[in-house]
Amino acid sequence: MTLQYPLQSLAAHPARLSPAYRSTLKRAPTKPLIPMRHTLSELTGPVYGHETVREHDNDLTIQHKSEPLGERIIVHGHVLDEDGRGVPNVLVELWQANACGRYIHVVDQHPAPLDPNFTGAGRTQSDATGYYKFITIKPGAYPWGNHHNAWRPAHIHFSVFGHSFISRLVTQMYFPGDPLFPFDPIFNSVTDEKARARMISSFDLENTKPEWALCYRFDIVLRGRYATPMETK
Amino acid sequence: MSHQRPDGVTPSQTVGPYFKYGLTPNGEYAWNDAFTNNLVTPDTSGERIRVEGKVYDGDGAVVPDSMLEIWQADAQGRFCDPQDKRALPNSSFKGFGRVGTDAGGGYAFDTIKPGQVADPDGKPQAPHIVLAVFARGMLLHLYTRIYFDDEASNASDPVLALVPADRRATLIARRKADSGNAVYTLDIHLQGDNETVFFDV
Repeated sequence: MTLQYPLQSLAAHPARLSPAYRSTLKRAPTKPLIPMRHTLSELTGPVYGHETVREHDNDLTIQHKSEPLGERIIVHGHVLDEDGRGVPNVLVELWQANACGRYIHVVDQHPAPLDPNFTGAGRTQSDATGYYKFITIKPGAYPWGNHHNAWRPAHIHFSVFGHSFISRLVTQMYFPGDPLFPFDPIFNSVTDEKARARMISSFDLENTKPEWALCYRFDIVLRGRYATPMETK
Repeated sequence: MSHQRPDGVTPSQTVGPYFKYGLTPNGEYAWNDAFTNNLVTPDTSGERIRVEGKVYDGDGAVVPDSMLEIWQADAQGRFCDPQDKRALPNSSFKGFGRVGTDAGGGYAFDTIKPGQVADPDGKPQAPHIVLAVFARGMLLHLYTRIYFDDEASNASDPVLALVPADRRATLIARRKADSGNAVYTLDIHLQGDNETVFFDV
């Protein structure tokens, strides 16, 4: 069986031109994209072994001398294809602000403290079932200059590789019940409510570690599904 | 472990302005690079090339906060992916690279000229590299291709043939005449008169 990548799956994504998110105005193409058949160049993708990921790269709380400040959390889930099958052995990268909503990036000048014990970057590889797990701290909300009193809901950036170069995904994981959701143009650039819900992690009491850390579950669904007999040519 | 059939893919969101320390630290942050812009391994066969250029926005301003990723075949036209059922590549060349644009919007990849890869009908495509562009202000990355101006097979490439003739140049890297090594240049224009052709894949 070979994976297929129907263009219909792309409907869940935001429109590239989403004027409420001002930076899209000068960065979204104005000419229509050109359709083409997928060739081997699109249908294959990078494969990485364990050499890319070091032990403990998935624990953002032990990268420095002491533990970072903030609320320790576990973030875990499965990387899945559109049929709900686990996508094994793929690289999952994340980056995020610290508990105060400040990024270590030099461009971030939000007047909130940096944490010398927190870089905010991690990576791991999904296992044979597609399962991944990170230990980190809950990032804070932070202001951005998009419009008056604009604040990003707390989020963790994810970068994921899949079965092919066209299943590549960069997204953001949000936390359930964030009061900033209705006001965030990036979150709301996804216009379908059900699709937006797929970017929100769920609180996972069952896997919360007593006396240690809350847990959130975030399943990541990548493009790619198997053809059924009816759909083959 | 089986899962419920999802009701769709996870929507894309922008990489934002702060991806660099996580995805392209390049020695500037306390984090190591998983990937770099140098794809060449000592045992890689093929012609060493550099592809470089700048990324521009709709105002013609350089884009200093974009990330480019490339994916390509080896010099024999084979992909380092078990899904490529032909003989596996005979080197540690992986065919994937990543770079963040610098303060001047510039990028460069050191790689090898890829071989020809067949299209779904078995017809050879001209040598090309698939390029994905990510940036602040881009809610979903874009795919384009890098072709080479010194390849006669461009004339019969089935994908280039889909592109209006007056826009094909946006996909074709030009070899610098005065360079000893093979250096190709290709700028990426997100908008404007020379807007790069992006593919709906």
